[in-house]
Amino acid sequence: MTSPRPDLRVERLLRDLAPQVLGAVVRRYRDFAASEDAVQEALIAAAAQWPDEGVPDNPRGWLIHVALRRMTDYVRSEIARRNREVVVADEDPCVVAPTIDSEPVLDPDDTLVLLFMCCHPALTSASAIALTLRAVGGLTTAEIAKAFLVPESTIGQRISRAKRSIRASQVPFRTPDADERAQRLGSVLHVLYLVFNEGYTTSAGAELHRIDLSNEAIRLTREVHNLLPDNGEVSGLLALMLLTDARRAARTGAHGELIPLDEQDRALWDRQAIAEGEALVSAALSQGSVGEYQLQAAIAAVHDEAARAEDTDWQEIRALYGLLMRITDNPLVAVNHAIATAMVEGPNAGLALLAPLEGDERLRGSHRLDAVRAHLLERAGERRAAVELFRGAASKTTSVPERNYLLMKAARLKEAIGGGPSWTSRT
Amino acid sequence: MKYMLLMNTPRDGYAQYMSWPKKILEANIAFMQAMSRKLSASGELVSTQGLASPQQAKLVRAGQGGKPITDGVFPESKEFLAGYWLVDVESPQRAYEIAAEVSTAPGGTVTGADGKPLEHFWIEVRQVMSSVEDLK
Repeated sequence: MTSPRPDLRVERLLRDLAPQVLGAVVRRYRDFAASEDAVQEALIAAAAQWPDEGVPDNPRGWLIHVALRRMTDYVRSEIARRNREVVVADEDPCVVAPTIDSEPVLDPDDTLVLLFMCCHPALTSASAIALTLRAVGGLTTAEIAKAFLVPESTIGQRISRAKRSIRASQVPFRTPDADERAQRLGSVLHVLYLVFNEGYTTSAGAELHRIDLSNEAIRLTREVHNLLPDNGEVSGLLALMLLTDARRAARTGAHGELIPLDEQDRALWDRQAIAEGEALVSAALSQGSVGEYQLQAAIAAVHDEAARAEDTDWQEIRALYGLLMRITDNPLVAVNHAIATAMVEGPNAGLALLAPLEGDERLRGSHRLDAVRAHLLERAGERRAAVELFRGAASKTTSVPERNYLLMKAARLKEAIGGGPSWTSRT
Repeated sequence: MKYMLLMNTPRDGYAQYMSWPKKILEANIAFMQAMSRKLSASGELVSTQGLASPQQAKLVRAGQGGKPITDGVFPESKEFLAGYWLVDVESPQRAYEIAAEVSTAPGGTVTGADGKPLEHFWIEVRQVMSSVEDLK
């Protein structure tokens, strides 16, 4: 086995340690924003020094030590500033400088509490995502900006706004009680799910995969799973990510074009990831309290189990979507249920289920409904209507590979009908 | 003290059960087996049984000469007994705890993102009049 390049190793180590270090510092100072800045500085210092000078014997202790020193500097300057402003410093427990001992006690729950803080329900999901990637994922602002294709200043703004909101909400740094935990865990899982999706299907831009974001979401979810191994929804989400990500290599062609599930080369699927995902989801389902992520993972598993597209057990998928519809009123779930129904009973049965969704406000502007109707109309033999809808869907999507795929479908179908554009008429 | 935990199903419950996704059926079976193992291990399980579809159920009484007269399925019943657990526990609270856990069985209930069950799958808990001691 070859070891990864040294700077890659350092990078991975730093990202693993980032939440632990931040947790230790926040627990001591209780000032999230300042601690986060101090840890970022420590991480930057390590990234600069370690590749050349070697990783210290106790890298975590090193980082905590440097971050605490930064905090002490910060606290001193705060005291000086406040004195200038004639404010009594010791009114605020945060400005009392602590003594730096050898190695602060580490609490495995710190990472979880950090996640709970970053995925605070008061934050918008865009802010929560940015803050989670930085504070828990250990990514720099520049890396996050690159992943989301937005200017660095935008992400910087989002992060500082998020930190202000957390400060204003006065959330204490402690492990939430059982009720709070269940409620907050929902937000944490949602944020991780969004990060994964952002990585898997980019909502805008030319590249279909942002591999780093998907990997990051899987890494963080795995961490949560290690902390809460008995939680069925955490296992379900990790399984869903693994089972979906397993198809990554088969999902795009040589020119970055989208390859739909039924046309993918299944030999390219990652069998190991599929096996792990399947084991996770069946264990989770057997525990009871079946939830949304477990059902979605079960559906992904049914797709992954089929050796060929035509072997897919659509009856099973339809039944699983039926259960999922009892949990969520997300119209996209209803769309998928209609697709599964069409695969079992024929395109017209699917189209009938889609009809009532046409007035749904939440689907307005989304290309998904048009694209699905186009596929079903094509199968039902209504090719002219299908061409129109493929074009309509192409005009609505913001993903370049998806738009190209839809336009190709429209063009091929149009050609098959024989009514090509007048200037290419062939007889 | 002994308690009978009764799992009832609506009239179409068995038909629904037949159309459950395979993965949910498998999970349900694994869940029920694990439940039995757990209750046996804690020494609380007296017995547990699942009942076959009520389609074959008959109402029976003695006719002339004690010969059984059978009647068809109960057309007016809204619910049927699907299975039961007979448990011997320290307190009523413990019986309720077991019932609550059983009620999370895959297929019977679904759970929202915040961990709250969205559909209630009730378990009827009845004390068994098995001894004078229990009547105190």
